[in-house]
Amino acid sequence: MESMEVARRLQEQFSEEVLDICDFQGQVGVIVKRDKIVEMLRWLRDSSDLRMDHLMDLCGVDNKNRPEANLQRFEVVYNLYSIPLRHSIRIRAQVPENDPCVDTITTLWTGADWHERECFDLMGISFTGHPDLRRILLPDDWQGHPLRKEYPLKGREEWSGLVELQRKAVELHQFDLGKGILRQPAAEQSHTKGNDKS
Amino acid sequence: MTRPMTKTINVPVADGEGDRYTVKMGPQHPATHGVLRVDLELDGETILKCTPHVGYLHRGFDKIAEHRTYAQSLILSDRLDYIAAMANNVGYCVAVEKLLGVSVPLRAKYLRTMVCEMSRIASHLLWLATHALDIGAMTVFLYCFREREVLLELFEELCGARLTFSYPRIGGVRQDVTRHFIDKLQRFINEFPGNLEEYETLIDTNRIWLKRTVGIGVLSGQEALDLGLTGACLRGSGIDYDIRKHRPYDAYDLVDFEVPLGADGDIYARYRCRMEEFTQSNRILQQCIDQLPPGPIIGEDAPDLVMSLQGSRKVEVDSSRYGTGLVRLLEESGEYPAGDIYVSTEVPKGELGFYFISDGSGKPYRMHIRSPSFIHIGALPALVEGDLIADLIANIGTLDVVLGECDR
Repeated sequence: MESMEVARRLQEQFSEEVLDICDFQGQVGVIVKRDKIVEMLRWLRDSSDLRMDHLMDLCGVDNKNRPEANLQRFEVVYNLYSIPLRHSIRIRAQVPENDPCVDTITTLWTGADWHERECFDLMGISFTGHPDLRRILLPDDWQGHPLRKEYPLKGREEWSGLVELQRKAVELHQFDLGKGILRQPAAEQSHTKGNDKS
Repeated sequence: MTRPMTKTINVPVADGEGDRYTVKMGPQHPATHGVLRVDLELDGETILKCTPHVGYLHRGFDKIAEHRTYAQSLILSDRLDYIAAMANNVGYCVAVEKLLGVSVPLRAKYLRTMVCEMSRIASHLLWLATHALDIGAMTVFLYCFREREVLLELFEELCGARLTFSYPRIGGVRQDVTRHFIDKLQRFINEFPGNLEEYETLIDTNRIWLKRTVGIGVLSGQEALDLGLTGACLRGSGIDYDIRKHRPYDAYDLVDFEVPLGADGDIYARYRCRMEEFTQSNRILQQCIDQLPPGPIIGEDAPDLVMSLQGSRKVEVDSSRYGTGLVRLLEESGEYPAGDIYVSTEVPKGELGFYFISDGSGKPYRMHIRSPSFIHIGALPALVEGDLIADLIANIGTLDVVLGECDR
């Protein structure tokens, strides 16, 4: 089935939910409201003539600087594929800025677990009903969500774990550990310069 | 809970009731194939709960790519799966080409198919070597590295690098192959089936190998799909999903090969799948050499680094701006199409997908990498919970994960 036809079927079935259909380089994306996302994906997966059984990808997008009009601040993008029928579709669920959350689809695909955790970690979109929503790539005490557009490329501040490590290095430095092992006695005075052994 | 930074506890911590205790395996454990930490709750030797922790290698490629042009981000793909960097490069290029609508000359398509399959063999060799070593078959490890060395030498001859190649370019490849390269590759293709037989005699019917792999880590096709597994892990469970057949890219629709499938869904089935893939990759390599057409190696409209090689393309030097006389980057003008696209390719580990959003500027508005290893490690608890701790090592091996790709 052509992707466009899948999108039309989805629009017929969930006419209230589908906001727009866009086509780019032969790939079709359906922009939808977030409320019935689980039902929509279940319908796509279980309908006998669609059978979109493979969740290829799930990721969050920050729409802050995007030129298209009528988009909410965030969206969660689901790329689905049907292995038996060989067609694909992209679902783009709109998520507002003041309440960034979507229902989890771990009930449909267990593999969505880590995708959703990554999305939560890097984009700050939470997933209602997720069994274990923790940070995954960043340390648990990290501040902020790096893939949001207002987050600077270089980051804001050092991670507290690194600060702690550096403090420890300075602390150990005053005991002059490694003296005589790492350095020859001739270079003994050099540690007063401060930055040679960190 | 913060990550342990200064020390890793590998000593069992008594946890009260009976034989129950917690073991933190990694992140520097050799059998985790990289910086993976697995927290295990054990009852004796049985795993009750397994919690993988990843992210030690997170470098923020998604964010970095938003601040680079498409051509500049190519080098990021090298650092995903560094065992098979060539396949990652090709995956990135195929995705950007589709996004920008760039056409690739036929010769370049064949060359890319060729390096992809060399990459697949090199990656599977490393998988077999370490997987066998984990289970206790040391000799296989040495044999596999012998053949991998030949491939790495070939890569070095092709592009000068042994690890991070950046050989494919958006719209083609960087350099043409030489006669010497083809001859050397032909010798490898001729010898490889014999080598393959050598590995198989060592482990294929080895009693210890069978005991450690048959009936261990079993996943049905439905379970594997549900967990999002791809590549040989999915095909080992009998699901026929290979992107080279489903959505062919480069020259894969012009060469003849089969997709090996397993039935049992255990470690042995996945092992057999990958062993058959060796043979198929070798077949593809032979066809690439035989069918390699003459012609240009990079498209005329490639918005990429232009190298002054063989005088095949005109070079516009603007060293005042970019500091080197060799390269020119396309102006960041509005000639890029705006839209979003998801393109995936079959890398040795599974499905590597790139999701791009272009807003018409020369840089991606958003790039998301769907890496197979990330999903595969997520499936680890489903494979090992209830099994013995010794099988955990075999299971990590069979998933064939690379942490650089997982953490991105």
